Amino acid sequence: MTMRIIDHPVLGRLNDSNTISFTYNGETLTGLLGESIAAALLANGIRTIRYHEESGTPRGIYCNIGHCFECRVHVNGQQGVRACLTPLEENMDIISGGKLPTPVRDWRANNE
Amino acid sequence: MNNAIVIGAGPAGVSGAISMAQQGFKVTVIDEYMKAGGRLLGQLYEEPTGGWWNGVKESANLYNSALALGVDFKLSTPVSNIEKIDGQWVVYTNEHTYTTPNLLLATGAAESPIPIPGWTLPGVMSVGAAQVMTNVHRVKPGNKGVIVGVNVLSSAIAMELKIANIEVACIALPKLTKVSEETGNPLAVMNSLLNVAHMAPSQLVKMGSKLMKNDFLKKMGITFYPKKGMKMWDIPIMLRKAVIEIYGNNSVEGVVLADISPSGEIIPGTETKISVDFVCIAGGLYPLAELAALAGCPFHWIEELGGYVPLHNETMETVLDGLYVAGNITGIEGAKIAIKQGHLAGLTIANKNYNGKLEHEIQDALKQLNSTRANAFIQFHPNINIGKQKLQQYWIKHQQDIKLVKN
Ligand SMILES: Cc1cc2nc3c(=O)[nH]c(=O)nc-3n(C[C@H](O)[C@H](O)[C@H](O)COP(=O)(O)OP(=O)(O)OC[C@H]3O[C@@H](n4cnc5c(N)ncnc54)[C@H](O)[C@@H]3O)c2cc1C
Ligand code: FES
Repeated sequence: MTMRIIDHPVLGRLNDSNTISFTYNGETLTGLLGESIAAALLANGIRTIRYHEESGTPRGIYCNIGHCFECRVHVNGQQGVRACLTPLEENMDIISGGKLPTPVRDWRANNE
Repeated sequence: MNNAIVIGAGPAGVSGAISMAQQGFKVTVIDEYMKAGGRLLGQLYEEPTGGWWNGVKESANLYNSALALGVDFKLSTPVSNIEKIDGQWVVYTNEHTYTTPNLLLATGAAESPIPIPGWTLPGVMSVGAAQVMTNVHRVKPGNKGVIVGVNVLSSAIAMELKIANIEVACIALPKLTKVSEETGNPLAVMNSLLNVAHMAPSQLVKMGSKLMKNDFLKKMGITFYPKKGMKMWDIPIMLRKAVIEIYGNNSVEGVVLADISPSGEIIPGTETKISVDFVCIAGGLYPLAELAALAGCPFHWIEELGGYVPLHNETMETVLDGLYVAGNITGIEGAKIAIKQGHLAGLTIANKNYNGKLEHEIQDALKQLNSTRANAFIQFHPNINIGKQKLQQYWIKHQQDIKLVKN
């Protein structure tokens, strides 16, 4: 399911010709070259991009313009990169920030 | 060749750069965002005179004009600190350090958060975040959402979401707490909402402009305000309901709404749930002025300007030699005003370096700024002029104090 707004009554048609691949937590996804990492993830329906350092609770973007630091991810091995300020590039390797999510599936009811 | 650095590639910063470049300055503009335009990028509304104010286009026009004049842009470059060393302003970024005798701060505004239970869940974002996702990146923040906080910005953005075919279930107040203060008090919100009345072709306008001139009627208005809200662009605006909780397991699944009294207290037993997949928090805007504070500018709290602003005069000089300000760092207003302020600041900087030969142009720019302010479509605070006058008083006082010290 895409969350993209392809046709907009005032802004016109979206130029989505520059599609590229990248990975998020190991999964291959597609996005538009040069859009923010935050936008590319949300377009793929992904809202959780970090886990709180102490509590481990999921976090998503908050301000989308670089102020709140809620959106820090790892990009190509570099830590603490703000997803809302960083342009997407071909083959970028993005990993959610903060506490690493458990590698095995969590069977508790609230992780269905 | 004279040179200058501008921090912030929003409408104020880019306009300032253009004016200086036109006066023969070599100008570098630094911004942490990946595109030039600042908060102008996300703006989209229909002008009273017809036609659309399209922020993406306006930003591109400003950016291209600046490029054509040889302005150098360093985008994706956050500035972490500034300081004055040996008469030069030193600007620190991740990779490089820049120096200049003339520094213009045009860092704009930021949004105040409103912490309500559940607000850290993924899918909860500031209303400005939803604006940028929708209009700049063209990604839906979700399929159906609720906006928490009733103000000029949230009303404008609700309409923008609607244009992009994103459902907004309602705009409601936040739960009243010490932190949410005025944003959670129906009467205070009603007062401030009268500023947007002209944007709403609805009942609210008629109520607003005619009835609401005196306090008694305002109180009546809020007491009898319909519980199901009044519609603006078909979106219910609830002044007598508050979002008291946002729920969901790993992301937003819905909100709990409750009826509230005219002073904001929750009426027990009135809680209802609405399923939504995103929530926007609209806590209002304040000037983003950290760098001016680091530089050592004196600040004043001026309610009408949106918070603490660095002391500056009518022509955008701060009290620190070679440091200037323009745009929302000087008070919360619309982009057209930021453009005029940037132009004025650019001329002031050039004038200082050219021994006052641009006085005439500066007077002209001041006039343009004042008339743009008088005709502003979006006004974040109705008493902006009073706020500006207060600041001028502080400036005059400061100048007198300096004289006293010197004598
Ligand atoms: C979220 C939000 C939504 C808004 N929506 C509207 C609207 O719909 N209509 C309206 O009329 N007004 C709106 N405004 C008000 C808006 O501030 C003005 O319209 C106008 O954009 C102000 O211009 P400016 O140049 O002063 O600042 P901005 O447009 O905010 O530009 C400031 C620039 O400075 C950059 N910057 C800040 N700090 C640093 C740093 N340390 N290092 C590097 N770069 C930095 C930012 O990235 C930004 O690009 C909004 C403001 C916000 C915060
Ligand atoms: S979402 Fe706030 S810094 Fe990225």
